[in-house]
Amino acid sequence: MNSRIKIAIILAATASLAACKSNAPEELPPEPGVSQPTNPGDNSGPGYGVGSQEHFVNAVNGQNVIYFDTDRYNIDTADAAALQMQAQYLAQYPNISVTIEGHADERGTREYNLALGERRANSAKNYLVSLGIAANRIRTVSYGEERPVATASTPEAWAKNRRAVTVVINY
Amino acid sequence: MKTTFFAVALALFTIQPASAQNQDLGEAVGQAGPVEDIPIEGSGTAETDGPLRGTVTDESQLDDLQLAIPAFAAERDVATAANARGTAALGAELARVVTADLQNNGLFDPTGPDALPKPSYPQITDPVWNMWSMRGAEMLVQGYVRPRPDGKLVVGCYLYDVALNDELARSGWVVPPSDWRRAAHKCADLVYSRLTGESPFFDSRIAYIAETGPKDNRTKRLAIMDSDGANHRFITTGRATALTPRYSPDYRKLMYLSYVDGNPRIYVYDIGTGQQTLVTQSSNPTFAPRRSPDGRWVLYSMAVNGNTDIYRVSAEGGQSVRLTDAPGIDIGGSYSPDGSKIVFESDRSGEQQIYMMNADGSNQRRISFFGGRAATPEWSPRGDQIAFTYIPGDFNIAVMSANGGGFRKLTDGWQDEAPTWAPNGRVLQFFRTERNTGRTAIYQVDLTGDNLRRLPTPVDASDPAWGPILP
Repeated sequence: MNSRIKIAIILAATASLAACKSNAPEELPPEPGVSQPTNPGDNSGPGYGVGSQEHFVNAVNGQNVIYFDTDRYNIDTADAAALQMQAQYLAQYPNISVTIEGHADERGTREYNLALGERRANSAKNYLVSLGIAANRIRTVSYGEERPVATASTPEAWAKNRRAVTVVINY
Repeated sequence: MKTTFFAVALALFTIQPASAQNQDLGEAVGQAGPVEDIPIEGSGTAETDGPLRGTVTDESQLDDLQLAIPAFAAERDVATAANARGTAALGAELARVVTADLQNNGLFDPTGPDALPKPSYPQITDPVWNMWSMRGAEMLVQGYVRPRPDGKLVVGCYLYDVALNDELARSGWVVPPSDWRRAAHKCADLVYSRLTGESPFFDSRIAYIAETGPKDNRTKRLAIMDSDGANHRFITTGRATALTPRYSPDYRKLMYLSYVDGNPRIYVYDIGTGQQTLVTQSSNPTFAPRRSPDGRWVLYSMAVNGNTDIYRVSAEGGQSVRLTDAPGIDIGGSYSPDGSKIVFESDRSGEQQIYMMNADGSNQRRISFFGGRAATPEWSPRGDQIAFTYIPGDFNIAVMSANGGGFRKLTDGWQDEAPTWAPNGRVLQFFRTERNTGRTAIYQVDLTGDNLRRLPTPVDASDPAWGPILP
C-alpha cells in the first residue's frame, strides 16, 4: 500500500475520532505527506490507528460490549444501538475482522455457561450480519464464566459479566 | 506491495503450527500395568457372601466397630523400589494407606499401625487372637509384603473376626513397586466390601481441574490423582484453559475441553503416549465430553450457529450422529449403566432442566420438576440414582431416582456443582466455589448426605470426574 495513502487514512480516522469524542466541528484533515507534530492528547500514536482495538472502541464510544439478562441472549434496544455503531465502523473499514467473545456470570454451571456464551456471541454476530456485515468477518468464541471482568459475587458484578465483547482481530 | 501486505496478513491469520493442539501438554505420565490377583495362603473359611455388619445406609454399627490395622509384615526386610527404607517400612506404609482409606470414608473409625503392635510374618495367617481381643479389637486387618525375584511385590490382605477367631476374607495381589498403593487400596476395598456389602471403590482415580491465580485470571490445568489424592500429576501446563475432564472406562484416555487453539474444543488425550486429538473435526465449539459405560461411544455437545445439541460418535472415530435438535441448549448427557438411555440437560423449557431420552435420541421427556433449575445430571454406576446440580437459588448437589422421583438434596453450599459418582454408586464428589473469592475445592459426600469432607489437593480444584475401578 502506498505509504502516503496509509498515513492519510490514519490521520483521517484520527480526525473523525476526535470529532466523535468531543462533538467538535469537523476539521479538514491535514495535508497528506506533510510532517506535523502530533497534537497532544490525541491517540494517533502507535497502537491507536485503524485496526487497533483502541481505535475501534473510541470510534464506537465504548459501545463494543453489550449486556444480557440472566440466562438470556436476546438483543435489546441498548444492545441494538451499540451493534449499529459497530456495524457502521465495520462498514467503514471493510478490511477489519472481529471476534465476538460471549461471556456468562459465575451463577451458572460451567458447561451450560460455555454454551450460553456461545449463544450470546452468536446473537451479536447475527445482528451485525443482519445489518449487512459479512458473516465471514465475524468469528465467535465463548469463554463461559471463565473470564469475568467484575470479580465480586453480587448481582451488579454478574450483570457486568453477562456480556458479548467485540474485539478487532485483523486489519 | 499491496498484494504482499494482504498475503502476509492472511498468513498471520491462518497459519498454525501442525502441533498446536499439543502445545499445552506436559510429559506423558505413562501407564502402569494391571494388578494381578493371586491366591494366597490362609487358614479360615473366608466366606464371601453377604455383608457382615450394617450397610452404608445403616452405618451406626460400622462407626462403633473396633477395627485394628497393624503394620503389614515383611517376609524379609529387603530393599524395594517402593520404599527407600525397605519392605518393613513399606509394610507400615501399606497399613497406613488402608487405615486412611477406611477412616476418611467416614464409615469406620479404625486404629492404624502407629498405635498397634507389629505382627510377625507367620502371625499374619495365624493371628494372636487373645492379644487382639484384650486390646478391644473386634475386626483385625493384617497383611504382608513379599518381594518377588522379578522385583514385583506380592501383597496379601486378611480380614479377621476377632470374636469368632475366624478369617472373613483374604486376597493377594502382585503389583509393580511403583503401584504399591494400589495393593493397599485393594485391601481397603476388600475390607469395605466384606463389612458393608457394597461394591469396592478405593482402587480408582479422579481426573480434575487444578486452579491457581486470581479470579479474573485463573490458570486451569488438567490433573489426575488416585481416589485418596495420592500420585497427583498435572497433564497440561496451564498455558491454555482446560475444563471438564472425563476418563475413558479403561483409563487409557482422558477427554476434556481445552482452549489450546483459541477455541473451546474437546480433545481426546492418550495417557500412554501423551498426545491428543480432536473429538471431531469441526470448526464449531464442542463441550461436555462423556463416555458410554462400555467405552464404545462418546457423547459431546456442539454449538452450531449458537445452538448447542448433543452428538454421539464412536470412540474409534467416524461419523457423528446428532441426538437432539430442540432449539436451545441441549448439553451433557450421561448413559444408564446398560447403555440404553441417556439423561441430559436442556433449557428448551426456558431454563435448565433434566431430560431423559433413549440412546438413539428418541422419546425425549423432562424428568425434573422440583422447583428451580436442575443441571449436570450423572447416572449412578448402579443405575438406581441420578445425581445433579439443583438450583433453587443457591447451587447444591441432589439425587433423584431414574424416573424423576425420590428427590433428596445432599449438600448446602453457596455453589456446589457437577457431581461425579464413585465406582460403587455410594459416594459422590463435586466442586464447591467460594463466594467472592471464586476459590474452588473438591468435596465428597455419601449418598446419604453424611460424611461431607473436603479432598486435600495441592491447589484449588474443580470438575472432578471419578473413573471406574482400575483394571
